[in-house]
Amino acid sequence: MPAQVITVTSGKGGVGKTTAVANLAVALATSGSKVVCIDGDIGLRNLDVILGLENRIVYDIVDVIEGRCRLKQAMIRDKKTPNLYLIPAAQTRDKNAVSPSDMNRLIKDLRADCDYVLIDSPAGIERGFRNAIAAADRVIVVTNPEISAVRDADRVIGILEAEDKGPGELVINRLNPKLVKKNDMLSPEDVLDLLAIELIGIVPEDENVIISSNRGAPVAYDPKSRAGQAFRNIARRIKGETVPFLDLESQGNLWERIQRLAGRK
Amino acid sequence: MTETNSSIQIKGLRDGLLVSLDDAPWDEQRTAFLTQVDAQPAFFKGARLALDVASQVLHVNDLVDLRDQLSERGIFLWAVISESPTTEKTAQLLGLATRVSKPRPEEARQFAVTDLGEDTALFLDRTLRSGTRIEFAGHVVVFGDVNPGAEIVAEGNVIIWGRLRGMVHAGSKGNTAAVICALDLSPTQLRIAGEASAMLSPQQNPRPEIARINENGKLQAEFWSPG
Repeated sequence: MPAQVITVTSGKGGVGKTTAVANLAVALATSGSKVVCIDGDIGLRNLDVILGLENRIVYDIVDVIEGRCRLKQAMIRDKKTPNLYLIPAAQTRDKNAVSPSDMNRLIKDLRADCDYVLIDSPAGIERGFRNAIAAADRVIVVTNPEISAVRDADRVIGILEAEDKGPGELVINRLNPKLVKKNDMLSPEDVLDLLAIELIGIVPEDENVIISSNRGAPVAYDPKSRAGQAFRNIARRIKGETVPFLDLESQGNLWERIQRLAGRK
Repeated sequence: MTETNSSIQIKGLRDGLLVSLDDAPWDEQRTAFLTQVDAQPAFFKGARLALDVASQVLHVNDLVDLRDQLSERGIFLWAVISESPTTEKTAQLLGLATRVSKPRPEEARQFAVTDLGEDTALFLDRTLRSGTRIEFAGHVVVFGDVNPGAEIVAEGNVIIWGRLRGMVHAGSKGNTAAVICALDLSPTQLRIAGEASAMLSPQQNPRPEIARINENGKLQAEFWSPG
């Protein structure tokens, strides 16, 4: 079966696109799919660091496009998960080194021999973003439960609709259930109320994400991490499974937990 | 400014002309195009021209020839767009651009309607997201929400069957009798004719409201009540 090409984008920077790509790639690959992720953030590459593959880069995406190497040579195989590959971005070039038609050609070659291609889009709605969505079959929009991120997501969804890439599917990243409860953070309902697109995952705020990013081992490997669990659930939803959303309040106080347990009986 | 001659399409771009050819043999295409140019020298003279050659594979001398022939006619060829990597490389070699920015569809639209009666309205059956701007010389009806960052500028009234959270300007050519109605009126900003108002924090239980300019010349919103 030809690969499904999924672009992860957001509009606003710093909402967790790259983290989401790394974790979804790990989660999809550890569940048996062959996954190639592409860092579309040329000039500001990060995905290699988060995946812990930085020191293995020889060729990058611009080398492939400009014909200095073959596609296979730029695909770095992950050390932990052998069916996970990364095509890194060039660090010494900028977004103009690649065009949407270059991306289309490159991905056409990839489609035949993997299950998923995940593209990490740069922030913004300019050239790099256009490149990243050019070949997408499916787009995941990542946002945070804060107004500026949601506004930017709305803008991005508008562009996706105009370009016939569908409205996309939403991941709400870094949700803090305690703050939501105190009415100090937008709730998933508030976000969905404005964006009105399908929700594919809610990832709770989790300090393990930062720790694991710095170690180059995405949190999706960590069976105990709640964020890791959330990313694994999203990966299963991508594959078409129906997975209930995490109960985000289960870290509430002891009394509440007992009440919930009692209520479950 | 769209003309069709066999397979040649000519469109006006923001900063010049876009000529689209197809995959028919290059010599035929080139000759047909030059014939068309010679038929309307005044139209083409001084034009900035972008050429879309579909998947034609062109080499340096093909493009150099064409560029020379065009410049003899006072036409400046600045871009060649192609699906063929070879042609793209050739164009890059010659210092030609290989893409032109197309206007983003759907995002900012001005609806040009001629002969607009007083009762003409534009009906939009969708939610307007951030970055969308609608300009219309009559009334505008939206069946959906208007999100923050979206803008509607209408010469007549604006009716939103949904939540209004963006910016709406009704009576934009000075009609002070224009009104703005919404099921939930919580805009970033409202304008009617020359009056502007930033107001109306979101309500807990939204009710339909109508905004108009009152007797004192101030923009005011009130709840709609049946009967």
